[in-house]
Amino acid sequence: MDSHDLDLDHDSVYEGLLGGDPSQWAFGTAFEDPLAGVDTTIPAGVDGAALAAYCLMLGDDALIYAHRLSEWTSNAPDLEDDIALANIALDLLGQARLLLARAAAADPRVIPKLPEGSPVPPEDALAFFRDEPAFRNVRYVEADNGDFGVTIARLLLFASHRLALLQRLTTSVDPVLAAIAAKGVKEVTYHRDYAGRWFLTLARGTDESRRRLVAGLRTVWPMYAELSRCSDVESLAAAQAFGVDPSTLSDEVDAVIEHALATSGIERPDVPPSGTRPLGRDGHHTETMGHLLAELQVVARAHPMGKW
Amino acid sequence: MSSAHGVARLLRCAPPSHDSAGTPRATALAVAATVTDPEMPMLTLVDLGVLRDVAEDGEHVTVTITPTYSGCPAMATMRDDLVHALQDAGYADVDVKVSLSPAWSSDWITDDGRSKLRSHGLSTPGPAPSGPIPLTLLPIKRAIDCPRCGSADVRLTSEFGPTACKALYQCTDCLEPFEHVKEI
Repeated sequence: MDSHDLDLDHDSVYEGLLGGDPSQWAFGTAFEDPLAGVDTTIPAGVDGAALAAYCLMLGDDALIYAHRLSEWTSNAPDLEDDIALANIALDLLGQARLLLARAAAADPRVIPKLPEGSPVPPEDALAFFRDEPAFRNVRYVEADNGDFGVTIARLLLFASHRLALLQRLTTSVDPVLAAIAAKGVKEVTYHRDYAGRWFLTLARGTDESRRRLVAGLRTVWPMYAELSRCSDVESLAAAQAFGVDPSTLSDEVDAVIEHALATSGIERPDVPPSGTRPLGRDGHHTETMGHLLAELQVVARAHPMGKW
Repeated sequence: MSSAHGVARLLRCAPPSHDSAGTPRATALAVAATVTDPEMPMLTLVDLGVLRDVAEDGEHVTVTITPTYSGCPAMATMRDDLVHALQDAGYADVDVKVSLSPAWSSDWITDDGRSKLRSHGLSTPGPAPSGPIPLTLLPIKRAIDCPRCGSADVRLTSEFGPTACKALYQCTDCLEPFEHVKEI
């Protein structure tokens, strides 16, 4: 590349930002399909609509939890944890993007309708232009962060469950889902490790840190049961071997949690699970979800054509 | 491991390339191999093991890359940089594809890449773990040396650094803070 070409490429920072089309920069400098070139053919014996619905569930868990965790940015107890929580959120956002793109490719009917000529790609349309009842995340991930004790307790349980789930999904009959899972396993291993070590540190720290961790665990425990309740979609996903019945993960996840509790000298909370049905998977969310979505979606919804 | 080294090997024995007028030009592979990582510009995409394949057919080039982490924001920049570099070299039609499987591993960073990382003050990853890793609740132990003074007396300050692929360390001898590229 000679210097003349360099000038052409980087003459103006604004040129670079606009990518030659001033109407589209609200949605990135250029669109990149996260599954560009990946074979998204639906495998034999798999129902495309069920695969899409299942990927929305796992994608929404990651998207909504990523948004929650990102609220710690600039608010964490110290810089290292600020960066750690932001990195964990970023990993989950990346997983969400792949999973929502997989859902859109498996069944394009799930993509919200946008005005003709809108530059919004399918995974962004799913993230920003669905209403609350169309979100399929467990309610566990939408709850407010609370203090650092609540956040660590919630993250340890979530990451332990998701790691077991992704490990199982590496043998999904859908090669795309299997590949997304294999990548996620490496990432979520670090998330669980981070939460586990903080769990132990807070438990064995001061009276105050221990009190807050115990309170945090009691706060998240009732909704934690929802992670392992099997919805109709997950049941079908397991039957068609592209997904996992989350109730079959309970023993494996519980052994990890028990190890963390025993090492930390923390009692298992004696609070009952909230409800008996997988409510979030049916689109029934808590009040806080509306507030979260308002913040997540307001800019995109105000500018569906990507220009103002 | 094989893939990154595969591209490096191809690079040594790629046939010469000519544009439509018959003028010799750099092969698409040679051009793609000059593109660097936007976050660690001392490394080319070959050094990092992110460049998986370059297929050249006249004016048309298909480049395959793999993300290091699912949420790696550098992917779009890598893609744009590849397209620019190849277009500047005379390849009109450039297609960049993503490959998810097998997932990227830090084992794919080449020996060249590792020595560049070290000479820029970064600590290089050890062998990537294989198979499920149990929750130990203990800090991850790595046998690494301070890139500045060589002391093995180093302290992990955070498992998460300024980019997804790095952890933060400090040398307890010379007090230099440094970044370690994580094993995944």
